[in-house]
Amino acid sequence: MEEKLASIVQSLEKDYGTQASEQHGEVSLVVPSEKIVAACQQVRELGFELLSTMTAVDYWPQEDPRFHVLYQFTSLSLHLNLRLRVMVPGVNPRLPTITSIYRNANWRERELWDMFGIKFTGHPDLRRILMPVDWEGHPLRKDYPLGYEEPQFTFNFDQINLRKPYAKE
Amino acid sequence: MTDLQEVSVDELKHLVSERAVKGETMLLNMGPQHPSTHGVLRLLLELDGEIVVNCIPDVGYLHTGVEKNMEAKTYQKAEVMSDRLDYMNPPGNNLAYSMAVEKLVGLDVPPRAQAIRVILAELTRFQSHLVWLGTAALDLAAMSVFLYCFREREYILDIMEMCSGQRMMTTYIRPGGVWRDVPVEFEAAVRQILKTFPRRVDEYEALLTRNPLWLDRTLGIGKLSAEDALNLGVTGPLLRASGVKWDLRKDQPYSGYEQYDFVVPTHPEGDVYARYLVRMEEMRQSLRIVEQALNRMPYGPVRSNNYKFVPPPRSEIGVSMEALIHHFKLWTEGFEAPKGAIYSAVESPRGELGVYLESDGSAKPYRVHWRTPSYDNLQSMPLMCKGVLVADLIAIIGSVDIVLGDIDR
Amino acid sequence: MGVEQKLGNMGVVTTTLEEVINWSRTNAMWPMLFGLACCAIEMMSAQASHYDMSRFGMELMRASPRQSDLMIVAGRVSRKMAPVLRRLYDQMPEPKWVISMGDCASCGGVFNNYAVVQGVDEVVPVDVYVAGCPPRPEALIHGIVTLYEKVRSEKIANGK
Repeated sequence: MEEKLASIVQSLEKDYGTQASEQHGEVSLVVPSEKIVAACQQVRELGFELLSTMTAVDYWPQEDPRFHVLYQFTSLSLHLNLRLRVMVPGVNPRLPTITSIYRNANWRERELWDMFGIKFTGHPDLRRILMPVDWEGHPLRKDYPLGYEEPQFTFNFDQINLRKPYAKE
Repeated sequence: MTDLQEVSVDELKHLVSERAVKGETMLLNMGPQHPSTHGVLRLLLELDGEIVVNCIPDVGYLHTGVEKNMEAKTYQKAEVMSDRLDYMNPPGNNLAYSMAVEKLVGLDVPPRAQAIRVILAELTRFQSHLVWLGTAALDLAAMSVFLYCFREREYILDIMEMCSGQRMMTTYIRPGGVWRDVPVEFEAAVRQILKTFPRRVDEYEALLTRNPLWLDRTLGIGKLSAEDALNLGVTGPLLRASGVKWDLRKDQPYSGYEQYDFVVPTHPEGDVYARYLVRMEEMRQSLRIVEQALNRMPYGPVRSNNYKFVPPPRSEIGVSMEALIHHFKLWTEGFEAPKGAIYSAVESPRGELGVYLESDGSAKPYRVHWRTPSYDNLQSMPLMCKGVLVADLIAIIGSVDIVLGDIDR
Repeated sequence: MGVEQKLGNMGVVTTTLEEVINWSRTNAMWPMLFGLACCAIEMMSAQASHYDMSRFGMELMRASPRQSDLMIVAGRVSRKMAPVLRRLYDQMPEPKWVISMGDCASCGGVFNNYAVVQGVDEVVPVDVYVAGCPPRPEALIHGIVTLYEKVRSEKIANGK
């Protein structure tokens, strides 16, 4: 780990009490979910101007914690990358929003609500972004089926063809 | 499924101003099908006469479920889907994915493959900027530029077809190197491009840069300040046209870019004309990089010889038992990546294209997330469009250079 | 001696009503701009100067469905877009035809999941399917010429 990044990580560890892990040259820090807004504020002040991406991973059938929400930061002035991980339980998943610190979290959090069902308290406009408004379910969860159509071979072609909803005129 | 969703004004009340609820301003739907939305983008405009008071983008009309679908396929088979995300830049998407897999698994890439990757990535950048120029000019009624750009694009697509057999969705850049060595005609064709294209770029500049009509329509329109751009996560030519010098090829170099000598253009104004100038200069710099890469291309293998992850060449399968076994295992089960998570980013023609790849030790990726540049670039639209005329809105959409496949994945 | 031979040098041609109608339909068929994804770029390439589609009568592409005869569905249709597609199809005046361009529009293509409609013929009736991912501009032109042959052989006996 570089020295600049090491000093930043040390100050974050001191304030939020977590252990950083390093893998393939990347640093990842686990932050408790109630302190994430303060952590992001401090990360911004330490020189990370760009929130590259915000995403989540679902670890079903493990219920607690089920989701890991990831924040990837890039610093233009220091040429560094940092990742924060937040554990979110599977029952009633919610996190505070960081839209006031980084404005592009707006759509990223909407996407997490749409795809995973993680609610962000304080978000100005939490509605579905990629799926239709009346869609039920959260597609990127592991217990949501892929929804694929069975491939048609010669032995089951006619069965599938009868069930396919072709359009009338 | 074929019933339209009714969205009433109540649901959008928090996004539009109170004048819309009272009925003073008009809510207009610039729907998914429109000649100048560059894909299926839906914009809800709140108009006061001809002036845009509010602009609310509505995306999702091209949502393809790529991230979930990639979890059901092995690492090699999932790469095919990556081409079709940002469809103006398929080799770039392949490069981002391949670099992510190589980082996760620990593969080396031979230098000849790196040079070929750079050449293809830069030619694709040129081709993507050509399509941007053609469609943006077409929106502002300069139709001859559209025809010229697509004429040039055919030469680049010929090169793609020569290397991989496919004009657009090549899947040529794979983890471990490239699929196969470039054919004999490759160098002559690229040299022909390097000889003729600079003059063609001069032609486009002669048509547009000093044109009073073009200047009227683009100068001073859609300003985006540098701090707003960074706050909104904007990257790429949009950020560089606001004055911030950030290009992943220079600042976090990959695939051998540190050896090449090129300039990253920036402009401080942040309006549509600045973005036009930045992209035109980027086209010239791309040709410069291609020339350097072609001159310095080393001889050697084009694929890593770690056959646990990279398929062996077909010629070896007839003679070597291990090669046959590796080939069989790779195509049926796929390789198993070690547990871990990485994030790796490249500079696409639109900005920072990143892949977050997490593996749980099996042959299929556990989670693939694509950090696509147009997703964040589009979030700057509502800010840029306050108080502009509808005709300027078209110019601004053209200058942001969104590709809906990027946004909706 | 037929009428044509007597009046031929006055510029008179005789033919059947069917042939005239079908000929006029094919010679100036205007497609509607319905490019969704990657196939749209190949459709634009087919319209540009290298593989010129205006040789086949498609001089311009109308964005408005009320003024077009042909809808080339180019690209993957997601579940959110399907009702919009149907509405646009309903807004086109008769006679209308649909070409499903590319694999995603014909059968769902590479994407077999919850988000993509597996074949646009679940939403609108399709006349010609053009395969490819994306199809070359020449393949699209072949599809258009196939459609022309289909139109040329249509009968007006059923009142259309």
